[in-house]
Amino acid sequence: MTAAVEFQNVSRHFGTVRAVDGVDLTIAEGSFFAMLGPSGSGKTTCLRLISGFEKPTSGAIRIFGEDVSQTPPHLRNVNTVFQDYALFPHMNVRDNVAYGLMVKGMAKGPRLRKAEEMLSLVKLDDYGDRKPAQLSGGQRQRVALARALVNEPRVLLLDEPLGALDLKLREAMQDELKALQKRLGLTFVFVTHDQHEALSMADSLAVFNEGKIAQIGTPQDIYDRPATRFVADFVGSSNVLPPDLTRALGGPSQWASLRPEATRLATTGPVSGTVTALRYLGSGTRVVIDAGGTEIAALVPAGQPVPAEGATTAIAFEPSALHLMGTA
Amino acid sequence: MRSDASWGLKAAAIGGLLFLHLPILLIFLYAFTTEERSYAFPPPGLTTEWFAVAWNREDIWPPLWLSLQVAAIATVLAMILGTLAAAAMARASFFGRDQISLLILLPIALPGVITGMSLRSAFGIMDIPFSTWTIVLGHATFCIVIVYNNAIARMRRLSGGILEASADLGANSFQTFRYVLLPNLGSALLAGGMLAFALSFDEVIVTTFTAGQQSTLPIWMLNELVRPRQRPVTNVVAIVVFAATFVPILIAYYLTRGGSETAGMGK
Repeated sequence: MTAAVEFQNVSRHFGTVRAVDGVDLTIAEGSFFAMLGPSGSGKTTCLRLISGFEKPTSGAIRIFGEDVSQTPPHLRNVNTVFQDYALFPHMNVRDNVAYGLMVKGMAKGPRLRKAEEMLSLVKLDDYGDRKPAQLSGGQRQRVALARALVNEPRVLLLDEPLGALDLKLREAMQDELKALQKRLGLTFVFVTHDQHEALSMADSLAVFNEGKIAQIGTPQDIYDRPATRFVADFVGSSNVLPPDLTRALGGPSQWASLRPEATRLATTGPVSGTVTALRYLGSGTRVVIDAGGTEIAALVPAGQPVPAEGATTAIAFEPSALHLMGTA
Repeated sequence: MRSDASWGLKAAAIGGLLFLHLPILLIFLYAFTTEERSYAFPPPGLTTEWFAVAWNREDIWPPLWLSLQVAAIATVLAMILGTLAAAAMARASFFGRDQISLLILLPIALPGVITGMSLRSAFGIMDIPFSTWTIVLGHATFCIVIVYNNAIARMRRLSGGILEASADLGANSFQTFRYVLLPNLGSALLAGGMLAFALSFDEVIVTTFTAGQQSTLPIWMLNELVRPRQRPVTNVVAIVVFAATFVPILIAYYLTRGGSETAGMGK
């Protein structure tokens, strides 16, 4: 498979700040790729390196094999859906969408027809004459999408595109973006700080921490086998066990992660603690146990007995479920 | 919230406004007086003959033409240079940026006498003879500031994202300027231009230092006031100057007042 985007030891330093620091990255053609990380972790700078608004301090960036490290944004065949949409306030929606074609010199008739097609693709058929100020947040989002897609980019970059939408709209747009990406067969590169969004939408994702990639893999890799404590903490669903606890549970003296679904309650065992919280989830109950200062969550399936808060219980698990991690 | 000011404060405010604006009304009144040697109050009689007299006085036309010419050229020059300076300052961040910004703003803060003196000596050193162009240069120093201030205020309010969006969609710098920046700056530039025109049209101090033998309209008026013949003609010209400067200022005020149409569009 061809690589749509390739980073080879790419760094972007701002003075002494290493915003992006020695990143190697390959994004497969036609994939939905997410860059996940807290703010300041370098994910947005990576996106801007692809769009051309940042130039690498060192390293090479290739888009479909072509080195674009020194190519200005307007000459790259990638387009961006900006975080604040950045629609042109003085143009109506149709002219906004047709803008990319206008600056390429396409005649008025064909470019406005193409703009209407794109508006219909994002289900905004009758909105061409409106000004951006007359649209809701969700509608502006769709206009920004149509405007970016009209140039038929080979890679579409999305910078936290759903961040400004309310929860319900965000979930609907997640499904729609995913469906659109499948239908067009385009490569989508999606920046987000929302781990649920990244895990549910992406084919593969990179987790960023302090300018470096902490882990790169499928959502299942990241979720089941976090490479580092940072990834386990940030993705946030696994139990993170310090070395002494891992050893007490029969593993080596190393940090480890343990998914709540793989954790069971037992009457006896090497590690026990007090039940501090219970949360009923419908399909089961999440039981939080305080084991000598470390919180461990276990998922008790529906129908099985649940201990009371304050009770003492031990934990058990399949040895294969214990996943050892690096310390970074 | 409405607060009721005290009776005394209201009287002081009204008094202040009258003090500022009544003399302007007197200028208008004396354009119609029948007494031509002194400004007696109340005027002994009213007449419109001075408008015809002013129209036929041949010494008025060259200064009027010169003032219009200077104001127009200085404004065009200021709009080009002021916009470019604002574009550079709004986008760039470099060492000494704030200091350079201050240097651009300085000509309007500097007393006109200083600007006039320094330009006069500079023209002298460089052996540049006084002409319409030296007046234009003098006026351009403060006209640029007016345009620059208007343009940079609007640029700061524009969401920076739209310039990046334009480049992202394939537009080169010129296209971004032409199709995105300029339409969003339009009313701010027009307002800056009109203010610059008004400022240039009635400027006296810098002009006296840079005009040589020529007279602009305000300088002609100053000379006219000292001779006791056909005084009301000066007042007629004052009405013209008032119209030529006040109307653009009024338009500029309305153009920038509703400036929120482009602000806050980012989200």
